Amino acid sequence: MFARHAVSARAIHFVYQPDTAKPPVSGETSKQNMFMAINSAIHSALEKDDSAIIFGEDVAFGGVFRCTLGLKDKFGADRVFNTPLCEQGIAGFGIGAAAAGATAIAEMQFADYMFPAFDQIVNEAAKYRYRSGGLFECGKLTIRSPCSAVGHGAVYHSQSPEAYFAHTPGLKVVVPRGPIAAKGLLLSCIRDPDPCIFLEPKVLYRTAEEMVPKTEYTIPLGKAQVLAPGNQVTLIGWGTQVHVLLEVAKMAKEQLKVSCEVIDLQTILPWDKDTVCQSVKKTGRVIVAHEAPLTCGFGAELAATIQQECFLNLEAPVTRVTGFDTPFPHIFEPFYLPTKWRCLEAVKKIVNF
Amino acid sequence: MMSPTARLVVRRLNQRNQALAPFFTSTKSFATEASFETRPFKLHKLEEGPKTSVTVTRDEALKYYKQMLTIRRIETASGNLYKEKIIRGFCHLYSGQEACAVGMKAAMKPADAIISAYRIHGWTYLMGVPPLGVLAELTGRKSGCARGKGGSMHMYAPHFFGGNGIVGAQVPLGVGVAFASKYRGDDNVCFALYGDGAANQGQIFEVYNMAKLWNVPCIFVCENNGYGMGTSAERAAASTTYYTRGDYVPGIWVDGMDILAVREASRFAIEYCTSGKGPLVMETATYRYSGHSMSDPGTSYRTRDEIQEVRQNRDPIASFKEKIISTDLASADELKAIDAEVKKEVDEATRKAKSDSEIPMEELPADIYAAPLEEEVRNVAPWEPLRHKRIGSAVNLN
Ligand SMILES: Cc1ncc(C[n+]2csc(CCOP(=O)(O)OP(=O)(O)O)c2C)c(N)n1
Ligand SMILES: [Mg+2]
Repeated sequence: MFARHAVSARAIHFVYQPDTAKPPVSGETSKQNMFMAINSAIHSALEKDDSAIIFGEDVAFGGVFRCTLGLKDKFGADRVFNTPLCEQGIAGFGIGAAAAGATAIAEMQFADYMFPAFDQIVNEAAKYRYRSGGLFECGKLTIRSPCSAVGHGAVYHSQSPEAYFAHTPGLKVVVPRGPIAAKGLLLSCIRDPDPCIFLEPKVLYRTAEEMVPKTEYTIPLGKAQVLAPGNQVTLIGWGTQVHVLLEVAKMAKEQLKVSCEVIDLQTILPWDKDTVCQSVKKTGRVIVAHEAPLTCGFGAELAATIQQECFLNLEAPVTRVTGFDTPFPHIFEPFYLPTKWRCLEAVKKIVNF
Repeated sequence: MMSPTARLVVRRLNQRNQALAPFFTSTKSFATEASFETRPFKLHKLEEGPKTSVTVTRDEALKYYKQMLTIRRIETASGNLYKEKIIRGFCHLYSGQEACAVGMKAAMKPADAIISAYRIHGWTYLMGVPPLGVLAELTGRKSGCARGKGGSMHMYAPHFFGGNGIVGAQVPLGVGVAFASKYRGDDNVCFALYGDGAANQGQIFEVYNMAKLWNVPCIFVCENNGYGMGTSAERAAASTTYYTRGDYVPGIWVDGMDILAVREASRFAIEYCTSGKGPLVMETATYRYSGHSMSDPGTSYRTRDEIQEVRQNRDPIASFKEKIISTDLASADELKAIDAEVKKEVDEATRKAKSDSEIPMEELPADIYAAPLEEEVRNVAPWEPLRHKRIGSAVNLN
C-alpha cells in the first residue's frame, strides 16, 4: 500500500545498473523487478518444502510491497498468512516454528519496525544453538524486511539497520542489489541452517528490473561479487549503494582517468574478507560507502580489518562515505545520502593522497 | 469472522436502536441548549457508566461543528497536496473519525495531555496548531509545527506529546506522562491513543498492568476504525471488544461517530481517573473513509458500499449538523457561514504550505543532542561542516 505510488524522479539518487553478466544458471529468463524475483524465490521455497511458511503483516494480501502476491492462493492460508501487528510476537513465533522444524519466513513490514523485535532476533534467534550447547536451534528462520532510503521515507521508513545485526554472532545478514541477486540470495538464506536477516532495499522493488532465470538457483552466502574490475581504487558497497558506486566508477574513468574496482559485499555477516582484501592488495586504495550513519556503520568493521590485513599495500587511508551521524532526515535526505558526487569526491581525494 | 455485508446489517440494526430525543430550551430565535440521547455505552468492570442523556449549548455545538469541519477540510487539503506530489511519502487521513478527537478535546482540561500515533493532523490542530502548522509540516516547510523536520506523523504541540510512526510505541509513553501527573498531584490525565491494529502490540499489555498496578491516571483510547491497514479488526484480534482487553482495567465502549457521546465518555473517564481509581480503557467505535495512507485506495479489503453506508448514515459531521439544525441550535445558513469561513482559512493555509520555504541546511544536524560534547556532527565529506545546534527549548520541560 505504500509502494503502489510511483517513485518519482526526485526520489531516486542513483541510476539502476542491471546485471548483464552471465546469470547464475543457464536457461530461460524473464524480465522481473525485485519484488517479483523475491516472490519467485519464496514460491520455490514453498513449492519444494512442505514445511515452509511465510507470515507477517498483510502478507496474505501480498504485503505492502507485493512480495508475497498470489502466494496464499497458490499455497493456502495455512502456509501464507497475516499476523497481527506485533513484531516481537512475529519474530518469536518464527523462532518457535523454526525450532519445531518449520522453514519459517517472517516478513517485517519495514526494517525500522524490527526494533520492537530486536530482543527476539538478537537474544533468542541468534543464540539458541549456542546457549543450548548445540541441542536446539532455529536455523530454518529467515526474516525478510524492506530497508534503506526511498526518497521520502523520513525518520522511520528509511533506516539501514544492517550494522546492528552484524554485531550479533549467530546471525547471517544479507542485502541484495537487484532481482537476480535477490532471488538467489534469498533462497540461500531460506535454506541455510542458520537464522538469516535478509534486508531488501525498498527503492529497488520496482525500479530494479533484470532478466531473471526462471528456474530456481542459489547464490552462495558469505561471498562478495566483483562487478567491475579495476586497479586503482576499490569501491565497496551493498544494496542500493552498489548502483551509486557503479556509476562513480564510470565517472571516475571518464572524468579522472581512474580505474575503480566495484565490489558488492552481498553478505554483511559473515563478510567476504578474501575477495575484499585481494582487491585492496591490488589497488592499494579503498572506499566503503553505505547509507547508515558513520559511527559503527558496517564500513567501520571493513576499515579495521582492511588496515590490519592490507596495511603494507595501502597507498591511502581507508575511506568511508556514509550517512551522517544524525537520525535519517526528512527533507534533507538528498544531502544525507552518500551520493555519487560525494563518492566521486572521495575518489579524487584518495588518488591524490 | 463476519462478511462485510453481515457487518453492515449489524450496523443498520444498531442504527435503528439509536433513539434521538431532543429537548428544546429555546429563547429568541435559537435554542440555547439541547439534549440528546446517545447510543448506550458498553461497560467493562464498571458499576456505573457515563450518562446517556447529554446536553450541549449552542456555543459548544457551533465550536464542535467548526472543529470537526476544520479537521475534515485539513484532511481534504492534505489529500490534494499529496495527489499534487507536494506532500511526499506518508499521509494518513482522519476523515470519518473527527468526532473522536473533538469529543475528547471537549472534555479535556487545559493541562490534560494526549499522545497518539500517526493519524494526528486533527489532534495537532485541536491542540493549538493552526491549519498552516499542520499542512506545512506535511509539505516539509518551515511553518510546519516541527519546522518540516518530522513531516507526516511527527507533529507536536504543548500537552500533545506527539504523533508516532512506530505503531504502539506511544502508549507506554502516555502511561509515563500520566504517572508524572499523579506524582505531582496535579489532577491531570493523559489520553494514550492507539488503533485497533496497534491494540495487538505487546507493549500495550505491559502498560495496562503498570498503569493498574500503580493506579496511574491514564485513559487508554482504542480508536477502532475497523481496520489496521488492509486487515479488518476481526482478522487480527482474537477479541474485538477492545474496551475489555485491559482485563482488570475497566473499560467503556462509546459510539465514536457521535461527538457528544465521546465527550460524555471522556468526561466520565477523566473524572474516574482523577478520583484516584486508576486507568480506564475507552474504545471509540469509528470509521476511516480513506485508505490507510494515500497510496492505499482503501477499496481492496472492504466494499465501496460499506464506506458509502457509513458516509450516508453515520457521518460524524453530517449527523451532528442534523442535530444542530433539528433542535434549532443554529440555522442552516449559520452553519453555511461557518463552512465558508473554515474553507477560506484552510485554503489560505494550503496556499502558504505550498509556497513556504524549507528550513536551511544548518538545521540538518540541529536538535540531536542538548549537550553535544562536540562541535560537529561526525560525518564524512559533506560540502559544509555540520554543526550541532539547538533551535529552541523543549515545550514539555519549560
Ligand atoms: C511497529 C510498527 N509496525 C508496523 C507498522 C506499519 N503500520 C503502520 S499503521 C499500521 C496499521 C495500524 O492500524 P491501527 O492501529 O488500526 O490504526 P489506524 O491506521 O486504523 O488508525 C501498520 C501495520 C508501523 N508503523 N510500526
Ligand atoms: Mg484501525
